[in-house]
Amino acid sequence: MNTEEVFATIKAALPGATIVEVLDNKDPYLLVPARHLVDICKFLRDDPRLKCDFLQCLSAVDYLDRIAVVYHIESIFHEHRVILKVELPREDSRVASVTGIWKAADWHEREAFDLVGVRFEGHPELKRILCAEDWEGHPLRKDYAFPVDYHGVACNFSKARLEWAERGGKKSAS
Amino acid sequence: MDSVQVSGPGDIRTEEMLLNMGPQHPSTHGVFRAVIRTDGELVLDCEPHIGYLHRCFEKIAESVSYLQVTPYTDRMDYLAAMNNNLGYCLAVEKLLGVQIPPRAQAIRIMVAELNRIASHLMAFGTYGMDIGAVTPFLYAFRDREMILKFFETICGQRLNYNYVRIGGVAKDLPEGMVERVAAFLEYFEPKIDEYNALLSYNGIFIERTANVGVISPELGIAYGLSGPVLRGSGVRRDLRRDEPYCGYEQYEFEVPVGTGEMGQVGDCWDRYMVRVREMKESVGIVAQALKQMPAGDVMSKEIKRVIRPPKGEVYVRTENPRGELGYFLVSDGSQNAFRLKVRAPSFCNISILREITRGCMLADLVAIIGSIDIVMGEVDR
Repeated sequence: MNTEEVFATIKAALPGATIVEVLDNKDPYLLVPARHLVDICKFLRDDPRLKCDFLQCLSAVDYLDRIAVVYHIESIFHEHRVILKVELPREDSRVASVTGIWKAADWHEREAFDLVGVRFEGHPELKRILCAEDWEGHPLRKDYAFPVDYHGVACNFSKARLEWAERGGKKSAS
Repeated sequence: MDSVQVSGPGDIRTEEMLLNMGPQHPSTHGVFRAVIRTDGELVLDCEPHIGYLHRCFEKIAESVSYLQVTPYTDRMDYLAAMNNNLGYCLAVEKLLGVQIPPRAQAIRIMVAELNRIASHLMAFGTYGMDIGAVTPFLYAFRDREMILKFFETICGQRLNYNYVRIGGVAKDLPEGMVERVAAFLEYFEPKIDEYNALLSYNGIFIERTANVGVISPELGIAYGLSGPVLRGSGVRRDLRRDEPYCGYEQYEFEVPVGTGEMGQVGDCWDRYMVRVREMKESVGIVAQALKQMPAGDVMSKEIKRVIRPPKGEVYVRTENPRGELGYFLVSDGSQNAFRLKVRAPSFCNISILREITRGCMLADLVAIIGSIDIVMGEVDR
């Protein structure tokens, strides 16, 4: 099945959900509402025409005005793939966990929680995976404040380097 | 040390023990920590802890330019740096929509496959050493040294190359390189049979690895495994053949899978043997690349000094020696990436450890970790 057919099959299966097709991107994707995510993913995995059994990648992105979780899903059997995106408000970034559908999501969701602060409801053990357990803040958020020290050890960020990073790595403040 | 007294048969007192393996440990292939609950030699539960090599690569990628990200990609899977560079450059090139000159593509495949041989040699040698066979390690490193010398001649670095650049490769192959690599391939191909005679079909090695750490194909797919770990379970999936990139569709090669030759399909021996057989296939691919090495530029003329891809999001994946390496690149049209997420194969591969080590022996745990072949640089990034 090619991308259009996969999108059409998903939209036909859940007529009540507002699923938006974003086709002008290099990798077309489906924008799905957060409350329908688990139903769509279950359908993707179980429907014999789609049989999407492989979760390639689960990433969280901080788009400044919203946070998105992007799911790259593939069917090893049929050799087609589909990309889903869920958009969440920054202050309350919660979405259902898909660990029950693809076990691979377990560690990916822990990383998304750790680095971007997305809470996955229903995850068996949502705790930090890359940063230390007592780390404060979610580093990949655009408004992340670098720590001054960690347990008394001064962090190796000079003020100048922090300002440089804030400017997006540009030479001057313009 | 936590211990719980559990009454056993007769007058033998048994206790559960909580053991800590790592993060500094010779057999964990990097700074990897496994907290193991054991009943004597039997592993009841093994919880992996990662993050000891987390260097905030994804955050750094948001504040440096696209060209400056390439050296950082080397340092993720530092044993297969050419493949890491290649994946990142393909992602940016997909956003830019540029064509890569054919000579650059052939050189990219040549160095990527040579790096695959070097990486599998490292996996082969260190796996033997984990099991207890010290000799194959030195043989593997002797041949790996020759490959690293080639890389040093080509780009000046032995391990972190920054050679595959956006638009092509950094510079052309030096004079005589093609002949020297061809001579190495002729020397190296019979060595693989020597290594089989030395380690692969050794009775003790088979005892230690056959029927150990069996991963069924369904479990592997559910956990997102890829590369030799998934192919060892019989799933014939190789991105170079199924979703060809960088010109791989012009090359002929087989995709070895595990067949349960020595034990069950998907055991440690199968995963190890897939790597050994892949080395032979890579030799064939490099030979084809050398033969069809076209003349021409090694860098696309469409690449400007400042790389500013148009707004968009792409996900590009390549077949790393350890599995599927994916780069999810979000561009906002500026000269820095907006978000660069790396889907590392070892990150997904090692997540299965808890599932398959219940009920195995401590020695089997070492064999299983070695057969998954992780590099902590890419697990933690």
